[in-house]
Amino acid sequence: MRGVLKLAAKILITVLLGGFLGATLVRLAPGFGVDEEELDPRLNQQSIVALRQAHAPESNLMVLYFHYLDRLLHGDLGISRTLQRPVRQLLVERFPETMKGVGLGLALGWTLGLGLAVATVMSRAWYLDLSAGILAGLLLCLPAAVLALLFVLAQAPARLILGLIVFPKVFRYSRNLLARSSALPHVLMARAKGLGNLRVLVWHILPTAAPQLLALAGVSVSVAFTAAIPVEALCDLPGIGQLAWKAALGRDVALLINLTMIVTLVTLVANSASDLMGNRFRRAEA
Amino acid sequence: MKWARIMAIAFLLVVSAASLLANFVAPASYAHQFRDVPDAAPSRQHLLGTDDLGRDRFSRVLYGTRVSLLLAPAAALLASVLAALVGGIAGFVGGWVERCVMAATDLFLSLPWLFLLITVRALLPLNVSPVTSVVITFALLGCLGWAGAARVVCADARALSQSDFVLLARASGSAGIRLLWHHLVPNLKPVLYAQFWISVPVFMIAEANLGILGLGVAEPLPSWGSLLRELESFSTISGQPWQFVPLILLIVVVSSFHLVLTQEELPV
Repeated sequence: MRGVLKLAAKILITVLLGGFLGATLVRLAPGFGVDEEELDPRLNQQSIVALRQAHAPESNLMVLYFHYLDRLLHGDLGISRTLQRPVRQLLVERFPETMKGVGLGLALGWTLGLGLAVATVMSRAWYLDLSAGILAGLLLCLPAAVLALLFVLAQAPARLILGLIVFPKVFRYSRNLLARSSALPHVLMARAKGLGNLRVLVWHILPTAAPQLLALAGVSVSVAFTAAIPVEALCDLPGIGQLAWKAALGRDVALLINLTMIVTLVTLVANSASDLMGNRFRRAEA
Repeated sequence: MKWARIMAIAFLLVVSAASLLANFVAPASYAHQFRDVPDAAPSRQHLLGTDDLGRDRFSRVLYGTRVSLLLAPAAALLASVLAALVGGIAGFVGGWVERCVMAATDLFLSLPWLFLLITVRALLPLNVSPVTSVVITFALLGCLGWAGAARVVCADARALSQSDFVLLARASGSAGIRLLWHHLVPNLKPVLYAQFWISVPVFMIAEANLGILGLGVAEPLPSWGSLLRELESFSTISGQPWQFVPLILLIVVVSSFHLVLTQEELPV
């Protein structure tokens, strides 16, 4: 319980500090404090002055930050400057699409990566190790955007791309981890006593490697979200990655910062959950 | 794996030399347009054909390789220097300084890399000269890519500052900058060297991603990102396999860096 509270406090502090960083960026962004209404030729000088005075308090960074936090607590994430729509509405529409893609990508990446790592380590076949290593190495050298373009060229399902981006990272790390665990004295002893491959894997190798694998699971969530930007932008998937790309091209800093904060929150929760589970495994092992 | 490493180093040297000598090797300037032959197939005049604006693709690949191959290490150097400063000082001083610096590093690391990169890129002008866009892109990569390395350097610096030889140096009157410069920094070199090599291919890939998304190096200056952007015209690519040359070059160069890196990491 203490661990959960500690992690929740860590997340809260990170979000508050991240929010402050975001507010600073919004304050420094070009065009801050300028209202397009000022360009309306029907407005006289007094109206323009009144408009500027309405925005004046927000030029103070702390005031801007507390206004932002206040609005955030009331579920108001502001209006997107480029799309002229509430950010909250955009998120509600687009977040499920990204979550679906990220979820599928993680499932595919982990199934392929861990499956091949287990097969490589347990079979100890050099050709399998070599071919899986080459495949993972090749995919590691490909930028996510190139992979997305190649999928568009081949007219292949775009949802598989995130899986191929997660796969090499999972494979390389888990292969090394499992190989190290399988060389431990207690595993060698279990093999010498005649235990079958499956039993050695489930009872002796995986429990030893579990905490690090769980840490990798947390990191892979961040990897998948990061790759979602080029994949969604180039494959025309209407998720938050595409929204972030459009916001970057339109220099909609407020929208970008909200998106970054939300993705940060999701990855922090994923990392904290994997940390908690990893600690539990370590305690059980001890 | 020794032969693979030697081959990787040799390949990197050849590619670097060819791109550095682009002014002499390339048949035309990267921006020169042969208006009579847009989208031309490879020929003796144009080894990799021309793009849709009639620019010699071979020349653009050479100049683009120069941009990516020179500036990714420059960005990696900047990131390594920042990591050495932040991580080294935090690990050396220890106590609350280390805790605060590492908390800031953790905050930085928890922000998704590409989201942060495009957010900061969006803050800066998009409509800039090609040279400015190159500087902005790689300076951003360098300035935002230090956090992971700083953690490693901090852990190493902490271990070093508690080691026997540092204790001995302290006992013989060495302290402050002198201790840091003469005893700690030389021993941090291997870890900084490894972090530098790790960062180079990461920054190359990040630049390619930014370039394809239109947030990297501006036209007409080529980089791997802007060259790979040509793949977007997928309706015409089936008959032009030579358009894949920049992609193959990127894969081989990044693989070569990985091969060099694997060996460099061993002593750390």
